[in-house]
Amino acid sequence: MRVALSVACFDDALFPGTGRAVTALLERLGHEVTFPPGQTCCGQIHWTSGYHREAADLARAYTAAFAGGDVVVAPSASCAAAVRDAHPKIARAARDPGLARAAEGLAVYELTEFLVDVLGVVDVGAYFPHRVTYHPSCQSLRTLGIGDRPLRLLRAVKGIDLVELPAAQECCGFGGAFAMKNADVSVAMVADKIRHVRETGADVVCAVDGSCLAHIGGALSRLRSGVRTMHLAEILAETGPS
Amino acid sequence: MTGPAPGGPVPPPMPKFAAAARPALADTGLRRTLRGATATLRERTAAAAAETADWEDLREAGRAVGEGALLGLDTHLEELERAVTEAGGTVHWAVDAADARRVVTGLVRETGATEVVKSASLATREIGLNDALAGMGVTVRDTALADMAVQFAGDEPSHLLSAAAHRDRAQIGELFRREMPAAGPDPAGDPEDLAAAARAHLRERFLRAQVAITGANFLVAETGTVVVVESEGNARMCLTLPETLICVAGIDKVVPAWDDMEVFLQLLPRSSTGDRMTPYVSSWTGVTPGDGPRAFHLVLLDNGRTRALADEIGRAALRCIGCSACLNVCPVYERTGGQPYGPVHPGPIGAILTPQLRGVESAAVASLPYASTLCGACADVCPVKIDIPDVLVHLRGAVVESRRRRPVPTPEMALMRGLAWTMADPRRHETALRRGVRWARLLSRGGRIRRLPGLLGMWTEARDLPAPPAESFRAWWNRTRR
Ligand code: SF4
Repeated sequence: MRVALSVACFDDALFPGTGRAVTALLERLGHEVTFPPGQTCCGQIHWTSGYHREAADLARAYTAAFAGGDVVVAPSASCAAAVRDAHPKIARAARDPGLARAAEGLAVYELTEFLVDVLGVVDVGAYFPHRVTYHPSCQSLRTLGIGDRPLRLLRAVKGIDLVELPAAQECCGFGGAFAMKNADVSVAMVADKIRHVRETGADVVCAVDGSCLAHIGGALSRLRSGVRTMHLAEILAETGPS
Repeated sequence: MTGPAPGGPVPPPMPKFAAAARPALADTGLRRTLRGATATLRERTAAAAAETADWEDLREAGRAVGEGALLGLDTHLEELERAVTEAGGTVHWAVDAADARRVVTGLVRETGATEVVKSASLATREIGLNDALAGMGVTVRDTALADMAVQFAGDEPSHLLSAAAHRDRAQIGELFRREMPAAGPDPAGDPEDLAAAARAHLRERFLRAQVAITGANFLVAETGTVVVVESEGNARMCLTLPETLICVAGIDKVVPAWDDMEVFLQLLPRSSTGDRMTPYVSSWTGVTPGDGPRAFHLVLLDNGRTRALADEIGRAALRCIGCSACLNVCPVYERTGGQPYGPVHPGPIGAILTPQLRGVESAAVASLPYASTLCGACADVCPVKIDIPDVLVHLRGAVVESRRRRPVPTPEMALMRGLAWTMADPRRHETALRRGVRWARLLSRGGRIRRLPGLLGMWTEARDLPAPPAESFRAWWNRTRR
């Protein structure tokens, strides 16, 4: 299958390893990956911050970049949620039926949805001999409803020691502009999140959202906690010494 | 005639949410109390929903009835007025808080009473009634336990159902002992003792009260009935004992038919306390000779509600049945309590209701829609399926639109516009990305950025940012795949 890779603007700059891992993973599974060069940002930051006109400009650019007809895979639950859930709302707010149609025409999957639902694979042949815990980001859990797909994929990884994160479903406190506008509350939230991460004794905390990982990772790093953050795709891309 | 201007007190200016939250975040005892209280309620309400087989159908019915009630509000309100009048009551319409205060203070003055008993009510809090009555020399006796504690302490209420959610048992025991020496409960603040002490203290006040003021959970249009749902029985005393009953309620409390109560009386107790039924559900219709109050006044409050009603997305907030489930699951509320949301409507529902009722011109009210990570936990539990994050984003849009009209753009607006302009074009984006990466790498040491300038500095107050790798994803792609 030919897959158009959608890389979050955030991941593009800060976590380029995520896109590289998805490319490696999908190619290993026998699929062709393209990276439509017109893509920049899905418009989520502007939309959720209240800059709805600007979000409409970005959503138009996004839908134009992915209009090629290939299935779109986004290794970022919040981008996938923005495209699937927010673009129709952005179109409505902008009174732009053209954008609404264009948004409807896109088939966008979050990475784990694509692997489990479209490709029907759970065991992707990964090997990762580390203690790992998984944080289900709010957008993945509530807006997309991806459920336990990430955990099923992780359980099939050889060598992994997967440990459950206490209070996993509680928000990490990122929330886009919230992390800056309400920095104190945001930090109070991430403090509890990393306490739970530490309780698991995991070396790696993973998620399907680079933004949450930047938040959790930023707090772990400031405290020199010795716990790493990784995108789920980076774990799935790892193969053993075979 | 003397007496204060019924315009009443002007509320003090409110700080922005972030500033108002700081003292709460630093208050260890408050944090513990809130954590405990919200966790208990979360568990109880989740269990109550889980044991109700048709819970999702009930929620959908609640949504549909609520939406229907709002869409036909004009006719339902007329029907309500007719039914109340036929049952011997009087309906008063209040466009805003000042108007409502004028009506209520006028009614109290007519009775000549110098003391009124009151049950918990958000609407009376919204119009600042206690201060207005105190200003004309009338003593207000709040009769709900939590409100008594708040009144004794001179606090602001912090939770929809339990106004004293920010105080623990021992503190409340202490307040009660200080204020009701005759009936003082034991120092540990055992709940039963507290209730017994309050009961003894209140009984005598109920018996001598001439006037009672209550809110309403629901107003049934077809029958003109006021429905009050409560745990302590004090509102029932208010409804039945005094001569004059004044009920203040928002126009959004109207439900079309008596049958609709079937849905709401299943949803409300389960979502608020996790009980299958609330201990006291009282319904009161007009006046009945020889039984209960001799005069019944219903004050219907608009105060921004018709404006909210006109907003297709925002009006969902008016469906709220005041269960407080959204507060108890909110990770922000759990850490800040209700006070940073302003004096009336706390929590996620407050963050979408207050800006609509009061407008977003003030910086404080405009900060409310941003007091959320949009995690969506509230929408998951709301018994009438209000999509709170959706309304929050919509209201953020309203805030930004109102700021666009200002002559000088804020730094944030300049930044966001610039960002959008850059990102709307792939080539501009790529150039900016390359520059940004280079700039950010200059700020980093050992692979991490510990201090960022400007608006982003709030991030690095307590969190690092990884240094961006020299090669962005698109640069890697172009180098290896093209
Ligand atoms: S918004 Fe929904 S959950 Fe929150 S108090 Fe109102 S009815 Fe309850």
